[in-house]
Amino acid sequence: MQSQSHAFKERSSAALQDVQLQKALANVKTGFIDKRAAAAAALPEFDALRDAARDIKNHTLAHLDLYLERYEEKVIASGGTVHWCATAADARDAVAQICRSAGAKTVTKGKSMISEEIGLNDHLEAEGLTVVETDLGEYIIQLRKEPPSHIIAPAVHVTREQVEADFRSHHKTLPDDRKLDEAELLVAEAREMLRQRYLEADVGITGANFLIAETGTSVIVTNEGNGDLTQSLPKVHVVIASLEKIVPTLEDTCTILRVLARSATGQEFSSYTTFSTGPRRAEDPDGPEAYHVILLDNGRSAMLGTEFEEMLRCIRCGACMNHCPVYHAVGGHAYGWVYPGPMGAVLTPSLIGVEKAGQLPNASTFCGRCESVCPMRIPLPKLMRHWREREFEKHLSPAAVRSGLSAWRFFATRPRLYHLGGRIAAAMMARLAGRKGRLKSLLLGGGWTKHRDFPAPEGKTFQQLWAERQRSEGPAS
Amino acid sequence: MSDSKPRIGLFVTCLVDLLRPSVGFAAVELLEASGCVVEVPQSQTCCGQPAYNSGDRKDAQAVARATIEAMEGFDYVVAPSGSCAAMLREHYPTLFKDGDVWRERARHLAERTHELISFLVDVRGLQGVSARLSAHATYHDSCSGLRELGVKDQPRKLLNSVEGLQLTELRESEVCCGFGGTFCVKYPDISNEMVTSKVRDIEASGAKLLLAGDLGCLLNMAGKLKRLGSQVEVRHVAEVLAGHIEQPAIGEERN
Repeated sequence: MQSQSHAFKERSSAALQDVQLQKALANVKTGFIDKRAAAAAALPEFDALRDAARDIKNHTLAHLDLYLERYEEKVIASGGTVHWCATAADARDAVAQICRSAGAKTVTKGKSMISEEIGLNDHLEAEGLTVVETDLGEYIIQLRKEPPSHIIAPAVHVTREQVEADFRSHHKTLPDDRKLDEAELLVAEAREMLRQRYLEADVGITGANFLIAETGTSVIVTNEGNGDLTQSLPKVHVVIASLEKIVPTLEDTCTILRVLARSATGQEFSSYTTFSTGPRRAEDPDGPEAYHVILLDNGRSAMLGTEFEEMLRCIRCGACMNHCPVYHAVGGHAYGWVYPGPMGAVLTPSLIGVEKAGQLPNASTFCGRCESVCPMRIPLPKLMRHWREREFEKHLSPAAVRSGLSAWRFFATRPRLYHLGGRIAAAMMARLAGRKGRLKSLLLGGGWTKHRDFPAPEGKTFQQLWAERQRSEGPAS
Repeated sequence: MSDSKPRIGLFVTCLVDLLRPSVGFAAVELLEASGCVVEVPQSQTCCGQPAYNSGDRKDAQAVARATIEAMEGFDYVVAPSGSCAAMLREHYPTLFKDGDVWRERARHLAERTHELISFLVDVRGLQGVSARLSAHATYHDSCSGLRELGVKDQPRKLLNSVEGLQLTELRESEVCCGFGGTFCVKYPDISNEMVTSKVRDIEASGAKLLLAGDLGCLLNMAGKLKRLGSQVEVRHVAEVLAGHIEQPAIGEERN
């Protein structure tokens, strides 16, 4: 996927003007938040589970090589194949090769952020394959030819009315008088369209929420059951996962599962949690004949041992974006690449470079709400600040900011000059504001006064008044 | 602590110093009323957040060293701002490497630094204040104080003791107002969306007085309210608790 992250500012301004988008975003602001809060409150050990989940991932990342090797052994033992892919291109090629070998014409897909990251659909379509997204949200955005705007709710930026219009224009067999004015009716309509596709597909591609080293198992978590049909009906099942998805044991997986759905959608557990180990065995009634795992690095291993390693704990629950006031204001597309919101603001520069994505870690007020809800306790504001530091070190931050900061430092480390400057500035601004008590415009402060007044200083600085008070009270008091 | 009065170094914060000295005096009054001796070191300037949050670690360290030197030697350091108190308390120690003598000095300062209202309640054990104000108020939880320092119940407890004050909870009181230091000038349109949503909640609360513990957020919300012609007055919580409301509210007309 081509990054547009450098244009965050322009994209966010456009998003703020988009009436339909703003209407759709209103749902993110309430639904997810209330449900998570209720789910967390109903589980006394929720915070202890978060600690346990964090510790599991930290341990895994410290021994990542060992667990990945163990995982591969187990996949092979169960009859599957692991394809180690260093780059997005390697992963695309590996999937295309598998499809060619299977003589595939139609490919069904469960929801997978990694496939978005590597631009898989375009690549497979260029190879002449028909690619069908089966997750309702992904199906909708595929019809709309848009990328996802959220990692668990890819079409959260679309209103129900827009989906109805999309279905009416794309579904040729849909009678005009069929009602589609409720979510359930839309789901039923999509389900009907997809049913035949599941049966036609030669290859089914899914992502993975976890890869279990102990057993060589991949795990998917869904609410629609579409992932199960995608991976069990075709002859070939391809799992695409990045290497930090690994967890040591089944028990560890269950621990993290307990915080995943609660954080994401406020459910105790998602409707379907499916464990897949290798292709079908002789005695199995169904299942794929071949099982492949595309194990993608694409920049992750370079994060190990750096200040960004903690980001590899992320389990893609989306709680950070559900609670982020910046995400609420502009939606996911403004972020310009696969991963939006606070997690994207840290991960995107790690994967495509701070040169391209430096705006994202800057577009945060550091309010800390993301960190307060992250089930894996990733210190997202701290990591965004690290990106700002990298940017500053590389001289990527704007010249005006850099010179402003060095002027500020000059005064801030020279108290006498600082207080003198402050006295002059406060007096001048107070005089400019006069009786109104506020300023409509500010020199160098256009960003502020574009939308708000600037409350004027009282006139004298605190230090000035304090010194006067000390003098009038005399040294003995 | 012995029974003698603790010596407080007041970290005024640059915004209070420049724009709203009355908050500083309210802080002094509250601290003195709770049995402290307050001093205001002249050599303090800014806590360093502009550099720190812009990724300029070196300048942040330089300013932190100056602040540490200015504020050392007190029993406690108190700031009428969750954001600046959190900078000293949570972030200064992380600015310096292990083994650096400044890290130890930063840690020592961090241990005795508090946000004003939480200091009064949690450290001084203040149960209430003697102020009176006939008003209908609402309260915004500023992010740094709330999430980095756990300032939540303390201001409500003291505000509820103000005679005549009716306090209505603000819807989504814990959601950022969109100030975010330099965020509001770097991303003015997003910041505007956030403060607009906040102002909507403030108006919906029916309160005629908005209170918070951080001047940055207060300037942002007051600036938007005034631009929209709102009648809601905006004050720092310390002004109300100290009964120190002779100054016009933030951004209001002067006589």
